[in-house]
Amino acid sequence: MSGKPRLHYVNARGRMEPIRWLLAAAGVEFEEAFLETKDDLKKLQTNGDLLFQQVPMVEIDGMKMVQTRAILSYIAGKYNLYGKDLKERALIDMYVEGLADLNELITSNFFQPADKKEEHLATVMDKATTRYFPVYEKVLKGHGQDFLVGNKLSRADVQLLEIILLVEESKPDILAKFPLLQSFKAKTSNIPNIKKFLQPGSQRKLPLQEKDIPRLMQIFH
Amino acid sequence: MAGKPKLYYFDGRGKMESIRWLLAAAGVEFEEKFLETREQYEKLLQSGSLLFQQVPLVEIDGMKMVQTRAILNYIAGKYNLYGKDLKERAWIDMYVEGTTDLMGMIMQLPLQSAEMREKNLALIIERAKTRYFPVYEKALKDHGHDYLVGNKFSWADIQLLEAILMVEECKPDILSAFPQLQAFKGRISNIPTIKKFLQPGSQRKPPADDKYIANVRKIFNI
Repeated sequence: MSGKPRLHYVNARGRMEPIRWLLAAAGVEFEEAFLETKDDLKKLQTNGDLLFQQVPMVEIDGMKMVQTRAILSYIAGKYNLYGKDLKERALIDMYVEGLADLNELITSNFFQPADKKEEHLATVMDKATTRYFPVYEKVLKGHGQDFLVGNKLSRADVQLLEIILLVEESKPDILAKFPLLQSFKAKTSNIPNIKKFLQPGSQRKLPLQEKDIPRLMQIFH
Repeated sequence: MAGKPKLYYFDGRGKMESIRWLLAAAGVEFEEKFLETREQYEKLLQSGSLLFQQVPLVEIDGMKMVQTRAILNYIAGKYNLYGKDLKERAWIDMYVEGTTDLMGMIMQLPLQSAEMREKNLALIIERAKTRYFPVYEKALKDHGHDYLVGNKFSWADIQLLEAILMVEECKPDILSAFPQLQAFKGRISNIPTIKKFLQPGSQRKPPADDKYIANVRKIFNI
């Protein structure tokens, strides 16, 4: 029996957000079961639903998939967002892994000690503008196409948009020196499935608030 | 022009080791260029070869590939070690991500203080015994095949062996409660390409020692 994919996670972005983005971009409707207490997590663990006792977990096509990368690769492959051959997939993977690194850097800011946060954030913004965004700007400039790889929408484009928006939440003018990323952002945001996901009321989650952290930590620790 | 893949990294395991394992298991000969000084590293940075200014870098099939997972995915796909369809790939990915997490914990140890190292070592042993190895033990028990996925040798098997040996370096009797994994270890170690890689003189690297750590710190100014 195949129904909609069902996402098991907390009601927050965390490690599930790229998965929500990719499903939404692929036009796939999905359900969400939110963990609200530690007991909710324990229940999944004791039921044997979590291969390595961890979430994210996505019920999809008869599997209880875990491990963010595995889930993203499966969805990308299934919905033709992973390039047409091994070499395109290699490029997509490189771009996506770079974005994942930047994402980790940004989200790790929350867990920095209060007196180190500002400095850490400045370092992260510096990396965004000197290590990561120039790469994608150059790729787009190099081929002059709308999408990063193979002149076709792929998971790399979806993830790049996600990260651009995330970084802009900390520094709204971060794309000032990246004209091609600016037009990439505009064009990609207008793709119907993505435009819908960017509207209020979608399943896209809000930025993490300080006040949410104790509740979330309590579930996982 | 197709030549042998060329690996750029330190003369140590780090993030390159899983790539060495996969190439070796696939029977692919490869060359290595070791970064031994800060100057060599800076030269590589300036050459524009490093997409995100980081190693590992693998020159393969005309590409300068970076990002460990991208490189591993490509090699696995190219040499038919990635299952026969999307669903087998999903299982291989899940299994590989688990062993990657476990090995990642071990990789951090040499960089930590003695106190943190002791604490984390205990955690690694506990996780290996209660979170990770039971999964692979059960998978093998349930289907009774020699290999984790699809009754065929895959990347998941190679990485599991790598993880088992790495944990055994921390605790030699770690497999005492895992008979399937013991048999698995014996079988996979005997596959000719892997057997060769496990012999002295191969390109397999030893565990990190103080000298290696000091060199890495020097090259990265940390």
